[in-house]
Amino acid sequence: MKIRVTVNGALYERDVEPRMLLAYFLREQCGFTGTHVGCDSSSCGVCVVMLDNERAVKSCTMFAVMADGHEVTTVEGLANGTELHALQQAFWDCHGLQCGYCTPGMMMTSLVLLKQNPDPTEAEIRAALAGNLCRCTGYQNIVKSVEQAAGALAPAAVVAK
Amino acid sequence: MFPASFDYLPVRSVDEALAALAEHGTDARILAGGQSLIPAMRFRLARPAVLVDINPIAELAYLREADGALLIGAGTRDVAIERSATVAAGYRLVSDVAAVVADPVVRQSGTVVGGLCHNDPAGDWGVAALAGRAQIVVRGKAGTRTVSIDDFLVDSYTTAVADGELALEVRFPTPGQRTSGSYQKIERKVGDFATAAAAVQLTLGPDGTIVDAGVAIGAAGPKATRVVMAERLLIGSRPTTELLQSAAAEAEKISDPVADTRGDVDFKRAMARVLVQRALIATLERLHVGELR
Repeated sequence: MKIRVTVNGALYERDVEPRMLLAYFLREQCGFTGTHVGCDSSSCGVCVVMLDNERAVKSCTMFAVMADGHEVTTVEGLANGTELHALQQAFWDCHGLQCGYCTPGMMMTSLVLLKQNPDPTEAEIRAALAGNLCRCTGYQNIVKSVEQAAGALAPAAVVAK
Repeated sequence: MFPASFDYLPVRSVDEALAALAEHGTDARILAGGQSLIPAMRFRLARPAVLVDINPIAELAYLREADGALLIGAGTRDVAIERSATVAAGYRLVSDVAAVVADPVVRQSGTVVGGLCHNDPAGDWGVAALAGRAQIVVRGKAGTRTVSIDDFLVDSYTTAVADGELALEVRFPTPGQRTSGSYQKIERKVGDFATAAAAVQLTLGPDGTIVDAGVAIGAAGPKATRVVMAERLLIGSRPTTELLQSAAAEAEKISDPVADTRGDVDFKRAMARVLVQRALIATLERLHVGELR
């Protein structure tokens, strides 16, 4: 089936089988290997991408054909050229990763959280990331990273600049 | 782990969906949020030949109050319930459930009606729908019918939705000022299937007597189960500690769980009792009932 999906701002037209999962479409058809596949069964959250600038979705639990006509943002869509997104900078600054496998999913889940709730409490960050597993960090620095990013993205911080 | 091949039919209207179901019969399955169906297909536990995708039907994604009920369309995702001020203010039982279904990312795709139609023995919405006395609106070629949740939940993964029919909406009756509820669940981690779950909704009369009660348990048998004996004990009585204990004990009596890594049968049955009691206490607190005798 022919589908047209906008990924990180560019249109990708591909002919795919309906059973192709979005994660594999992004990785193998579009080359965005920043979207990782972990559990491959909707349990770990490493494959999370943003759909239509509003929803965090597990790309291993959505068919690529369901994204036909929609807009997908992967971790590669965060940076503006060589300028890191506030979330990427925060994960760097706060050591929000060790092996990095869960990081794209953590960032994309957090991105949607911050769109919906720009000034989350620590408890709200932990609740929003409860479905994203990390086997290295113990989560502390991931939570700190999201807190820093929220501060950096807040309108007040922009004004202060 | 890729699903078996299938034909994909996105539809833009309910009529189109019904036409597709009529054409493909039992080969077709409705795809809504896909958060249970797609994993099931990946594990080859489900092998539908045709998927009828109702996500493009924009008018099914609604959440509104009308005719004395909260109406949730088949396209409405759990997250919409979770973020709704109307639900948070007036539907405490529904609001509780919306915060604990699966995990936060799954809730951004999964739908309430889809969850009910999936009818997983450990699912959340069926338990709440029993306690809240919800109804499901189902449409087929012959017309539209409304089914009580008790009749809707037939058996594990089986509902009253017949071949060629589509579940369109679930209706939770609007609780009055003297009605509230609570949902309680134990899970090993966020996103795991429930170890045990319980839902309660109570209505108090002007003198503090319980005039209506809905009590249900989940992960306690082949499907979400109404604890009829608990409801009978509660209705017509004034809440006391002893009454709540007796009502909760009825949940343990009828709980019929399967032992697994989440716990053995005795533990899960005990948890059905504990969670019903917690839900009763939480509900009475929300109704501002003071210290119980």
